[in-house]
Amino acid sequence: MSDQPKIEAKNLDFYYGAKQALKSLNIACHPRKVTAIIGPSGCGKSTFIRTLNRMNDVVAGTRVAGDILVDGSSILGPKIDVVELRKRIGMVFQKPNPFPKSIFDNIAYGLRINGMAGSREHLEEVVEKSLVEAALWDEVKDRLKDNAFALSGGQQQRLCIARALAVEPEVILFDEPCSAIDPIATAKIEDLIERLKSTYTVVIVTHNMQQAARVSDYTAFLMLGELIEFDETKKIFTAPSQKMTEDYITGRFG
Amino acid sequence: MTKRTLRNLQERALRAFFLFNGIIAIVALVGIFVLLLTSSFPAFREVDLFKFLSEKIWDPTAPDIPLYGILSQIVSSLMVTAVALVIAVPIGIGVAAYLSDVAHWRVREIVKPVIEVLAAIPSVVIGFLGIVLVGPFLAKISGRTHGLNALNGAVLLAVMSLPTIISISEDALSAVPSAYGEASLALGASKWQTIVRVKLPAALSGIIAAIMLGMGRAIGETMTVLMATGNARSFPTGLFDSVRTLTSNIAIELGEVPYFTTHYYALFAIGLVLFLMTFLINLLADIFLRKYQEHEL
Repeated sequence: MSDQPKIEAKNLDFYYGAKQALKSLNIACHPRKVTAIIGPSGCGKSTFIRTLNRMNDVVAGTRVAGDILVDGSSILGPKIDVVELRKRIGMVFQKPNPFPKSIFDNIAYGLRINGMAGSREHLEEVVEKSLVEAALWDEVKDRLKDNAFALSGGQQQRLCIARALAVEPEVILFDEPCSAIDPIATAKIEDLIERLKSTYTVVIVTHNMQQAARVSDYTAFLMLGELIEFDETKKIFTAPSQKMTEDYITGRFG
Repeated sequence: MTKRTLRNLQERALRAFFLFNGIIAIVALVGIFVLLLTSSFPAFREVDLFKFLSEKIWDPTAPDIPLYGILSQIVSSLMVTAVALVIAVPIGIGVAAYLSDVAHWRVREIVKPVIEVLAAIPSVVIGFLGIVLVGPFLAKISGRTHGLNALNGAVLLAVMSLPTIISISEDALSAVPSAYGEASLALGASKWQTIVRVKLPAALSGIIAAIMLGMGRAIGETMTVLMATGNARSFPTGLFDSVRTLTSNIAIELGEVPYFTTHYYALFAIGLVLFLMTFLINLLADIFLRKYQEHEL
């Protein structure tokens, strides 16, 4: 079991219309590890992470080739229940995007739509548990009825993480989760990711190389849609095998 | 004359021209309102305001005691409008949601303008369809001799208010940040759940404004209801009753009424009631729209 990757991209190609955004990627994300995807803007990191929960399906004119396996079975193709897949693979976006609802209802939403709400007590329990898990409970426990927009950016992002955790996913995808928030809030979210990996498989796209070095176990370096290097984070940041990786992580470009 | 003085003169002439136009528009609007007020008030020398609004019988040409009750007409107007909305609102929101979230963008680019053009169909044409299409159909299913009734008018008004409701609701739904939809889908919500539980609530104030504007259009519409509702003066007891609305009553009688009689003034008073009703609806729509725009910022 531990040998089998949780998620495995095999010769993954992705097209926006005629433009190829991903070129034959092979990346494996291991269970209870953090896999970071780094690379300069436009290298396809967000495109890649959005193929893992089929979020690109909602973008018109896109096409995917190759395969993505979750627990060894393909998630591409029309027969896959995308709704079920997205319940298993949660996602946190670049900009905090809470719903214009109360803090409580933001978290309850996923439970309600998935028929996991149960009794009021159970719902309250899960909301509390999720907020505790996302390290937000102490800050909001007295104002669960307030609108989520009343929270700061960093709090909103942790709320979005709590919202994703509430539906008990197996994998959490983070698409540059700290790019729109301040350094202190960033530190809190990095701590959180560190703790989450004991339970979940985490994939994080980041623009920030130090962040990848701090939080991840494996790192994939992408350039213009191609995988340049994929290895343990330690190795990527100390002894990269590719000249291009070294140039990028030492800040010579990007 | 130097170039500069010529230019100054031009500037001043233009300013005077625009000022003049602006004043004309304002004077015309204020004038209409003042005329409506001054022409309504004489009616209440003979007609009790409370009775005017609460009595059911409108018979201003009765030989012994003329009766000026407009309650039947108010109820008819409200009934026809309300039923029109019951028909138009679900369809309108459904079409708006389809266009903004389900349809391919090419479909939307074609269908939306076509729907907006529907608003340009003259009301007399819609009324004509009411007489030759909807009427006979309603007569058939209800087993009555004719189908010129409140339901007929409501169906036509629904059709007429749909373009407004669809177009503005679609704008409101499209203005909902795509991040909300993505967040919902990423949690394992279906497209349907995302539309109903995230997008519609987020667009609610815009949709309510759309409904109010559609309602404003429906309640003030004259020709269509005049042609399709049968114009019976009695108090409506059901949808298959022929009714006479406030608007059709004015349209029918104002052409033949002797000038400066109580009957004449009472028709203006009906106009004033109608004006106050539409004003209230538009005001509410405006409040919702403003709230909606604030929310956007």
